[in-house]
Amino acid sequence: MPEAIMKVFRGEKDSGEFKTYKVPIEEGMVVLDAIHYIQQNFDSSFAVRWNCKAAKCGSCSAEVNGMPSLMCKTRMDKFEAGSEITVLPIKTFPHVKDLVTDVSWNYEVNKKITPFSPAENANWIFYQEDIDRVQEFRKCIECFLCQNVCHVLRDHDRKDAFMGPRFLVRVAGLEMHPLDRANRMKYLKDEGGIGFCNITKCCTEVCPEDIHITDNAIIPLKERVVDEFYDPIARFFRNLFGRKEAPTPAEKPGT
Amino acid sequence: MTNYETHEHDVIVVGAGGAGLRAAIEASAQGVNVGLICKSLLGKAHTVMAEGGVAAALANVDSQDTWQTHFRDTMMGGKMLNNWRMAQLHAQEAPERVRELERWGAVFDRTKNGTILQRAFGGHTWKRLCHVGDRTGLEMIRTLQDRGVHQGFKVYMECTITQLFKDGDRIAGAFGYYREDGRYVVFKAKAVVLATGGVGKCYLVTSNSWEYTADGHALAYDAGADLIDMEFMQFHPTGMVWPPGVRGILVTEGVRGEGGRLTNNKGERFMFKYLPEATKNDFAATTEEAEKWVTATLAGQQTDARRPPELSTRDNVARAIYTEVKEGRGSPHGGVFLDISYQDAERVKKKLPSMYHQFKDLADVDITKQPMEVGPTAHYIMGGVRVDADTQESRVPGLFACGEVSGGMHGANRLGGNSLSDLIVFGRRAGLGAAEYVKALKSTPAVSEDAIKDAIAEMELPFKIGQSNEAKNPYDLHKQLNSIMGTYVGIFREEGDLKTGIEKLQDLKEQVKKAGAKGSKAYNPGWHMCRDLRNLLVASEAIARSALSRKESRGAHSRIDYESTDPEQGKANTSVFKSGDEMKLEKTPLPEMPSELKELFAKKEPAHA
Repeated sequence: MPEAIMKVFRGEKDSGEFKTYKVPIEEGMVVLDAIHYIQQNFDSSFAVRWNCKAAKCGSCSAEVNGMPSLMCKTRMDKFEAGSEITVLPIKTFPHVKDLVTDVSWNYEVNKKITPFSPAENANWIFYQEDIDRVQEFRKCIECFLCQNVCHVLRDHDRKDAFMGPRFLVRVAGLEMHPLDRANRMKYLKDEGGIGFCNITKCCTEVCPEDIHITDNAIIPLKERVVDEFYDPIARFFRNLFGRKEAPTPAEKPGT
Repeated sequence: MTNYETHEHDVIVVGAGGAGLRAAIEASAQGVNVGLICKSLLGKAHTVMAEGGVAAALANVDSQDTWQTHFRDTMMGGKMLNNWRMAQLHAQEAPERVRELERWGAVFDRTKNGTILQRAFGGHTWKRLCHVGDRTGLEMIRTLQDRGVHQGFKVYMECTITQLFKDGDRIAGAFGYYREDGRYVVFKAKAVVLATGGVGKCYLVTSNSWEYTADGHALAYDAGADLIDMEFMQFHPTGMVWPPGVRGILVTEGVRGEGGRLTNNKGERFMFKYLPEATKNDFAATTEEAEKWVTATLAGQQTDARRPPELSTRDNVARAIYTEVKEGRGSPHGGVFLDISYQDAERVKKKLPSMYHQFKDLADVDITKQPMEVGPTAHYIMGGVRVDADTQESRVPGLFACGEVSGGMHGANRLGGNSLSDLIVFGRRAGLGAAEYVKALKSTPAVSEDAIKDAIAEMELPFKIGQSNEAKNPYDLHKQLNSIMGTYVGIFREEGDLKTGIEKLQDLKEQVKKAGAKGSKAYNPGWHMCRDLRNLLVASEAIARSALSRKESRGAHSRIDYESTDPEQGKANTSVFKSGDEMKLEKTPLPEMPSELKELFAKKEPAHA
């Protein structure tokens, strides 16, 4: 039976080393299968986060031969037979153990986003063509691969100032919902730090759900922020006709 | 003594899938203090894998639909073994719960009139499943997660509960550990809501993830609750069969709802010959009639043609596929063919995007050009903690259960789509029930130091054993369990097999006491598995013993030695409970259905307009 040479990062809280394991290859095998093989046959304490094994939950993110990927979707047969396959934890978040990182920062960011805020008298009639784009954003499985490759977060570690592509996608899904009435522009500009994104599209390239993060979510939001804060003509009309009000981020949605 | 941290809440909810989240939202909205505990990260629970839709009689597509028809379909699908009151509440309340999700931000696919679109599913008389392509569960969990974030309850992520505490008869709290560093945690709570999901990891071929290790079933059993209907394990007819690494992963019933055809290696559309006499007239008699129904459905038109036979209930389709394969008419990798490639490729990609990618990425199959290969996979357990239908409280005061871990709602067989609606209907009711229980309590129950010590000792043990030469690898033990359950307690059952299976489970119980852990407590899956195995054994034994006691075939329970359905045995549920260290079993009569509901089964509506 052919074997794969798995070179895997082992250790706790950044102190660790690569260890190499030989794993028999089955037809159609993915990297997560190889990791499970190591766990079951060589070391039961080998830490990896996974759930669905079908690219639906976004738990098993790692860097496979340098490429940020879902391990459950990365086929072993895409690598040359006999070559080393290197698996590292995702870099942008604090290391916990082996392939597991602490992604809790993302959950803190999410709390600050003003939730869905429909008009009280909404009749709940809207059409498929009005929500195709919103549904694209709502495909997100929160694998945080986009956060992992975003250079603002990865190289400059500006988690203090920038929410990252995942949450720009979430805001876009709320802002473009036909019945939402909240205004998140000030939040995007200030706390969200949308200006930090210089549209290098790294996030779009790694998205396992093929969401057009940059083109469909971030750029339209950037345009809205510009319209709101930097366009003198739009500001004039807004002063004339009024604008939709932004509730405070912590405000509870109506029932 | 080993350190632990302590938290106090009025209510803790164990499990953060659809049911747990909905329970936490409701209890919190009632003004009690809530903690939500998830075994994984928030938003990753098994609900995320639900695909086809949530069943609710909104009557947006088929205007004839009513809660009464949904109730009747559910009871008929469950072979009348369901708790009638749960089935009634479920059918009545599901539409409002779905509308509530929409108000909270869920974005369902739309009809041409701008309302929530509904699709056909097995066993449902009308098009009833509200859906978002084939990722309905993701939409639901994300909506509840985002709602919950602003509700004000505390979330404990990657935290596993290993013990429930009691003060006398009443629930007093729970004990667990954090995955990250293995530190222990004590929750003092007046009420506990179990929403831990199912038991799929008893089986090798399953659609369930590592989390589905029967935790709630075992916790409730150990705390003195009884488990009913455990013989009814649903094998979903369509799981992937190839490649080996993805064997068992779910292929949504939505494929058949959209017109997918099941064929064997002779090209026969075999489901026509497996329709039970009782429901035969609800289904198309010929390929032509089935195609007429599909054409009309795709065009959004009404038709007098009846549904294709592929939309029979899951128990029936799973048995049919198993039989076709066993009799030598299977596909190359031991399944049958499921084909949707005759339809427009773009439409298939739009309505079944996850299936398209799942097969393309993992199996090199383009479902718009080729058939899929599918076979049965352990998917869902109908049985679980017996609860009061209105409040979801078990027979242990202060212990509630909702979603898959509870029993009664689905009887002997669950209809597709009734699980997601179950989660939100009974998640809400459990949250409400727990909050009311807490408000009525006169005194706060206490957790004893001895109980905490015992809980710690139990978790420390695998490391002590791990140092000896006799230590067993927990993963090897898990494989043995899977092998026993697959061989002796599978889809088709027989007295001799079941008895052998029970004996082997007793042996395995002794082996599991020697399961050892290595390394540190930090994120150590081998250590976790040592504990999970004990839960899996409780569920496995409950399934096997209950299956042995039911000497008939009904719903998902198929006995080779008792092939027919026996009306007498349909009058009782099987119940198992702990007595000393032994599992005891008794038959308890079904609650009596009121006459106005009984009448719904006397007159039969025309199947299709």
